[in-house]
Amino acid sequence: MVGDLFPLTLDQVSVRRRGKRVIGPVDLCVNAGGPLIVLGPNGSGKTTLLRVMHGIERINAGTITWAQDSPDQHAFVFQSPIIMRRSVADNLAYPLQLLRKPKAEIAKATTHWLARIGLSDFAHAPASRLSGGERQKLALARALIREPRVLFLDEPCANLDGHATRDIEALLLETAAGGTRLIMATHDMGQARRLAANIVFMLNGTIHETGEAEALFTKAKTPELRAFLRGDIVT
Amino acid sequence: MFDILEGLKAAFWLVVTFDAALWDISLRSLKVTLTALVIASLIAMPLGTYLAVQRFRYRRFIIAFINALMGLPPVVVGLIVYILLSRSGPFGVLDLLFTPTAMIIAQVVIITPLIASIAHQSMRELWAEYHDLLISLNTTKTQRIRTLIWDGRRNLLTAALAGFGRAIGEVGAIMIVGGNIDNVTRVLTTAIALETGKGDFALALGLGFVLIGLAIIVNLAIHMLSRTEQGGRW
Repeated sequence: MVGDLFPLTLDQVSVRRRGKRVIGPVDLCVNAGGPLIVLGPNGSGKTTLLRVMHGIERINAGTITWAQDSPDQHAFVFQSPIIMRRSVADNLAYPLQLLRKPKAEIAKATTHWLARIGLSDFAHAPASRLSGGERQKLALARALIREPRVLFLDEPCANLDGHATRDIEALLLETAAGGTRLIMATHDMGQARRLAANIVFMLNGTIHETGEAEALFTKAKTPELRAFLRGDIVT
Repeated sequence: MFDILEGLKAAFWLVVTFDAALWDISLRSLKVTLTALVIASLIAMPLGTYLAVQRFRYRRFIIAFINALMGLPPVVVGLIVYILLSRSGPFGVLDLLFTPTAMIIAQVVIITPLIASIAHQSMRELWAEYHDLLISLNTTKTQRIRTLIWDGRRNLLTAALAGFGRAIGEVGAIMIVGGNIDNVTRVLTTAIALETGKGDFALALGLGFVLIGLAIIVNLAIHMLSRTEQGGRW
């Protein structure tokens, strides 16, 4: 159950790089539920917050506590998809090979996901030949092939065209409906409105406002979030 | 110019007449060099990858030291290996001096730092590319090293070919530890040195052209076998 992993609690978490504060202090409690969208302008610390929650960013202060600590249950999709120097099928198979799954099971899962993301015809082509949208779909499928219970996404549709964005959002909604908790950073307001169940609004490395998406979109408490929702430049 | 033409002619005749001595020397050259290359690659490639992936206290010093060892003078390596393998040396009991094994040891010492250094450079770039993915997939250190070696195999092949080039053309060290004994430790480079000393420049040049041809054939064969050009798109 996804719920077993939550709540995820961040207590006074700070990250500094070269003496400069990147985020913090951050206090946040994430419970089980629908897609959680981390909103905020560029440089507000969204990516760092996601990396901290996933456990791939070293923190300088504070604590992070999962109700049940199981890193194998998380997956992360990066803003710029990291494509391995392998074929498309081998990219997909890689996470399952790490888990030493039987070859038949790996082949079955790979075939299923290739069809799901529409790349069956490119199975044996070098993944580096794919377009930006196809690469991001491949990275998403590679994250989902392990059936994670929590999926972190760092602006997965940045720089993608409308078709690719629609495909990826459809896949994300399907994944969320299947019980995987999505925690996604974006500064695309439209995408946030389409996907979010809950919102965390970040500004200058701290959490400025949190709440249910519907409530925040209609009645934001702070002038900064209201300005951000209007499309104004917020610093 | 005359000497070069004579050399080409000599090389041609040596090859077309299947000269027994030439085959013997050439095969020994290949055997010694390829054996040294395999051993050095088995040491240097995981070492270079480990240095790219792992952070520890003296890492930078070790990398600088390996880079410095790339410039090791082969004659000095030969001398040190000679002393170690000589009867009065610590490994004298093994009776390896003036054998192909001694030549292989010297070549391994010479080319291991070269392969390790080039491997480290390319693995460092690949690690920067894969870092976030492999960390997020919760991989073990061994899994990371194996993944980098597999996905960076074409870069590692370049490192190995650089090692091969250095080893096949090496003369100083293997002359000292091998002794250039006919039918035992004579290889192409030492034979060239011998013929040059005797004043038979045509034969020396002929052997030189055979050596160059051999190096090119091995390089092409490895490229074709590993499909470097066809698969080099990623």
